[in-house]
Amino acid sequence: MTERLTATTAPYTIGIPPFRPGEDADFGGAFKEQPGDLWRPDPATCSSDDTAPHARGLLRVLNDNGEAKGEWDPKLDATELIQGLEYMMRLRIFDDRMIKMQRTGKLSFYMRSFGEEAVAIAQTMALEAQDWVFPSYRQPGAQFVRGRDMVSMICHCIGNTEDNVRGRQMPVHYTYKEGRFISISSPVGTQFSQAVGVAMASAYQNKDEVCISWLGDGTSAQGDYHYALNFASTFKPPVILNVVNNQWAISTHANLATGGRTFAERGLAYDIPSFRVDGNDFLALYSITKWARDRASAGMGPTHIEVYTYRAGAHSSSDDPSAYRPNDEASCWPGGDPIQRLKEHLVLIGEWDEEKHEALAQKIDDEVMAAYKEACEFGDLASGPYPPASTIFTEVYETVPWHIQEQREELGK
Amino acid sequence: MPDMNMIKSLNSALSISLKQDPNVVIFGEDVGYFGGVFRVTEGLQKEYGPHRVFDSPLAEGGIAAIAMGMGLNGLRPVAEIQFADYIFPAYDQIVNEIAKLRHRSGGEFSSPVTIRTPAGGGIKGGHHHSQSPEAQFTHTPGLKVVYCSTPYNAKGLLLASIECNDPVIFFEPKRCYRGPFYGDPHNVPTWNGHPDADVPEDHYIVPLEQARIVREGSACTVIAYGTMVHVAEQAIKDSGIDCELIDLQTLVPWDRDTVVNSVKKTGRCVIVHEAPKTSGFGAEMSASVQERCFYHLEAPIQRVTGWDTPFPHTTEWDYLPSPQRIAEAIKKTQEE
Repeated sequence: MTERLTATTAPYTIGIPPFRPGEDADFGGAFKEQPGDLWRPDPATCSSDDTAPHARGLLRVLNDNGEAKGEWDPKLDATELIQGLEYMMRLRIFDDRMIKMQRTGKLSFYMRSFGEEAVAIAQTMALEAQDWVFPSYRQPGAQFVRGRDMVSMICHCIGNTEDNVRGRQMPVHYTYKEGRFISISSPVGTQFSQAVGVAMASAYQNKDEVCISWLGDGTSAQGDYHYALNFASTFKPPVILNVVNNQWAISTHANLATGGRTFAERGLAYDIPSFRVDGNDFLALYSITKWARDRASAGMGPTHIEVYTYRAGAHSSSDDPSAYRPNDEASCWPGGDPIQRLKEHLVLIGEWDEEKHEALAQKIDDEVMAAYKEACEFGDLASGPYPPASTIFTEVYETVPWHIQEQREELGK
Repeated sequence: MPDMNMIKSLNSALSISLKQDPNVVIFGEDVGYFGGVFRVTEGLQKEYGPHRVFDSPLAEGGIAAIAMGMGLNGLRPVAEIQFADYIFPAYDQIVNEIAKLRHRSGGEFSSPVTIRTPAGGGIKGGHHHSQSPEAQFTHTPGLKVVYCSTPYNAKGLLLASIECNDPVIFFEPKRCYRGPFYGDPHNVPTWNGHPDADVPEDHYIVPLEQARIVREGSACTVIAYGTMVHVAEQAIKDSGIDCELIDLQTLVPWDRDTVVNSVKKTGRCVIVHEAPKTSGFGAEMSASVQERCFYHLEAPIQRVTGWDTPFPHTTEWDYLPSPQRIAEAIKKTQEE
């Protein structure tokens, strides 16, 4: 656990980030916590108390040499590991292409998952197809796992005629019902408490459908976070509640967001089993999520997870992190890079090599470019075509009421 | 059939909903075992089980969020916010989430939430048990806003709201739960014997988006909703002027045609609500009547509303529109 840093000169306590621009970022090398430190309790019987060490420690499977160690090793076969690697590489290449599009005026806005690719991908892979995914804007990768076509995703980001949300939402605010990926909303944290309602409905209907949701370290200050934990604690529906502690909420470091110790430990007060997991360790993420799903499926209710990671990129295309943190901070992060770590593991077990990696990267890059070109056939940001203006007026209600119909006629489109 | 007060008629609507649709669930603060602070959900938990009618933790924001989540996963939640004054912790969930889900998701997701909440003054409730915050919701596209006034329309409108696939904010005038209010706090009638307390036991609908003409008349159109329907009725009696009284029932989408047709007939219009005047729903109606009836108007439109102040405690009778103030406004329309 990293000590919270505070300033002592203020009349009240002010949290401070570990480093500011101009300072040398140094997190002290590798994590002290090692795979094997924490035992794996039985998900069907364990109590929240049993997880107290897990909420204070750091659950890891991949050690610093890329080996999978300890009883949390999910023992995935090589096909699944390569699939996970492929999704993560796809997300990074997709993000890089999209941010280039944004920089050249082809998208109005963009948000990358850089450095956090493992989070939604490993966690969604650990779920079943019928499970509900209720993301924030930093989990678009779940859509790859659920089979969404990149053309459709890019059409949404452009807001063209094939955007399934008809140009109504900013880029990255995806909706993908077919994949049970629930519509993303900008106000942060609202999905967390809604996810508890989704899970309560699953329980009510006696369906084996778990709901997973995520929010950030900064957002965990919102009431919605605490509503979610309290309702989840009270009703014990099948929900997996993740705080993605990526250190930064735009420019607000986690040290400014809470005076508590780990984010995970908060869950213990709600009597919810709580874990702190290395968020750049694909195998650890997969394993804890599978554990949480098994627990939910056994009728034991919620699990609370702090995903300990680092936001390697800017908050969004509108943000410049060099104004508030050292540029090299990400490269010093003890958790390293999630793609690199899974790649090293695959190489170590003899299932992967540099040549295959390069070939896969090239293949994905070609696919992303092809998808982008195809998406632009349905309209680009500069010149359209966009969805017809009539879509402003539809789906506000189930049917268009008279006053909105009148306004549509006033627009004359 | 026996008379029902508004509490009984709302309870009847909820009971019918629970019976006819296994996906209906009811929850909120104190609504389960106890049956609600106003007794609207009395007996429902016992009859339908604690998984269908249950007490929630005291968190309006959580209640609204849970309702939205349940609604998008196949249920038809009916949540209670104990007093409309306490709805604001849920405001973000209602305005940014519940109201926008269908639109923002391109119609892929929607959540048919009904939020019931007692509103309005007349119970010595002070700042925070008396407000009528309907305009804070009529300004939000995606919501339907309903305000009942009698046992009969309360049941029919609530059934229509629950069965509606759009989210509905359903205001209940708490002063009228046990009897109509005619503006005299010393006169406390019950609903017994009132024609609108003649409530069928069975399922029926009062359609949303339709106003109700309470009283036909030719000299002036008076528009009200909630408790003010009864106060306006008294004022019309007191004024001796042959007014047409319209109970709006649904505020969004409102029944403009009924209002406009009436004003075209009478040439005069008085709008009554207990919420503050500035940006109240009366402003919307006044503007629309002016747009549609300008050449039929014989006098300026009058608004009789609560003041632009916090709602008071012991002085509430000087805050709420009284029959006297309404009657004066009606007379004023006859002078010009």
